[in-house]
Amino acid sequence: MIEIKELTKRFGKKSVVENVSVTIEPGTITSFIGPNGAGKSTLLSMVSRLLDADTGDVLLDQNNVKKWKSGEFAKRVSILKQSNYTNVRLSVRELISFGRYPYSKGRLTAEDDKFVDQAIEYMNLEDMQNEFIDELSGGQRQRAFIAMVIAQDTDYVLLDEPLNNLDMKHSVQIMKILRKLVDDLGKTVVIVLHDINFASVYSDRIVALKDGKLVKNGPTQDIINSKALREIYDMDIPVQVQNGCRICVYFNSHA
Amino acid sequence: MQKNSTKLIFLAVLAIIGILLYAFYDIKGGFDYAFPRRMVRIGAMVVTGIAISYSTVVFQTITQNRILTPSVMGLDSMYEVVQTLIYFFAGSMSIWVLNHYLNFGAAVIAMVLFALILYRFLFRTNKHPIYLLLLIGMIIGTLLGSLVTFLQVLIDPVEYLSLQTRLFASFTNVKSELLYISIGILFIAFIYGYRIMGKLDVMSLGRENAMNLGINYDRMVMNILILSSVLIATSTALIGPITFLGLIVANLAYQFLSTYKHSILILGASLISIIALVGGQFFVEHILELRTTLSVIINFIGGIYFIYLLLKESRSTR
Repeated sequence: MIEIKELTKRFGKKSVVENVSVTIEPGTITSFIGPNGAGKSTLLSMVSRLLDADTGDVLLDQNNVKKWKSGEFAKRVSILKQSNYTNVRLSVRELISFGRYPYSKGRLTAEDDKFVDQAIEYMNLEDMQNEFIDELSGGQRQRAFIAMVIAQDTDYVLLDEPLNNLDMKHSVQIMKILRKLVDDLGKTVVIVLHDINFASVYSDRIVALKDGKLVKNGPTQDIINSKALREIYDMDIPVQVQNGCRICVYFNSHA
Repeated sequence: MQKNSTKLIFLAVLAIIGILLYAFYDIKGGFDYAFPRRMVRIGAMVVTGIAISYSTVVFQTITQNRILTPSVMGLDSMYEVVQTLIYFFAGSMSIWVLNHYLNFGAAVIAMVLFALILYRFLFRTNKHPIYLLLLIGMIIGTLLGSLVTFLQVLIDPVEYLSLQTRLFASFTNVKSELLYISIGILFIAFIYGYRIMGKLDVMSLGRENAMNLGINYDRMVMNILILSSVLIATSTALIGPITFLGLIVANLAYQFLSTYKHSILILGASLISIIALVGGQFFVEHILELRTTLSVIINFIGGIYFIYLLLKESRSTR
């Protein structure tokens, strides 16, 4: 279980995240939503130790994440940020194999290869596994990096706007894969999403931030309604039910 | 595409041919006189080639930039400052010049201390200091360069001539006793390097991905900066400033060997720089008959290659 306790981060005088406390329920998809600059990515970075908090703690299994050894932490929690640029000559398969580094330290065993194959299959990358990542489109590269995180086989998978650069088909494909990771393999996924409808359709819980403060935290059905969305986004957003999914129709609403 | 092992063997054969050619070509008169001297030069070229390639490749990995060399941190300038100060205050007949150990030691220690102080200061005040480090390094480098020029203007012209030979990279007056020390330092660097090769591969994915995979990134950056400063300091104190070479050979290695593995890249870059140094020195000694120095040729060819790289990078990032 990951517990976020009274976390605060300031850049200069501005608090980007202010006194946020959230518990991430195991075996769920939790979406972080909120307007631009709400502090979603910063919060995710602090949970994954990429960024140090000014005050407050993050606990993984009752132990402060700062006390975890880097190598052990990498076997429990993985994080993928938005921009993944590298000028290294690397094939898709080699990139995904890096996901096994916490276990094998670069010397792949047969078991590691099995995880890599599985991740490639999950992300439908069989055809391009021998292509070089600097020759792929942004979306294809994004999928390769997600496959790396899947091969890392951690209990917690943290993703910062993984749907960036992806078309509708691949966005849906990735959200379905995340759902499968949770439902079939018992993983816990925490994801920063910009598209509220993906959050509504695929997540179990939603954490809403605004100006660095926690405004809503609860099961998806409690958040996806016009009243709660008004508080988060300052917009009147009608919610319609289509095929059992709650869809926010915000495209022509008044701000 | 050829396999990397074949390419490495090809490079190694080329390097050995170059070394043999340089060692035995036109060796008339006193074999006993010429041969040991040539061997010392070859030793110096091998040591320098490896040190420069090694430090440049790892430096480019942590900066995620392929047109930088460790010299942008001002280490070369620091070397010039030390030598100039020695000649300015103590003179060419002082023990600081005549005792090679003392001169070598002073230069290496000054450069490494300079680097350590810079890193200490930056890593304490800043979280991700690479770019700040580069900027400050460049500014301090320029400042030291101006200081050197100022002192050189004031120095006695005869002393200045003697100083000048130390400020140009040269293999012709390498001291064999310093060569052994350099080999020792290189050996220690390699033992450390052997343990971090895998981590370096992961670090080429960038800070966040490397941290995700369990690398203690910020501490590794510090360690690698120290490693590459020690290597640069050693090679500079041994033969003079020649870090531009690192930029060329590292990039040639990336192009020639399409791999992300640092063990292969560093080996390849080292072999290429040995070929370049031995071949270049052969060219300078036997074809140009010492009418110019190796560093002039390296800077000339390196400069052209650098412009090519800049053009290529600007195309690929557009």
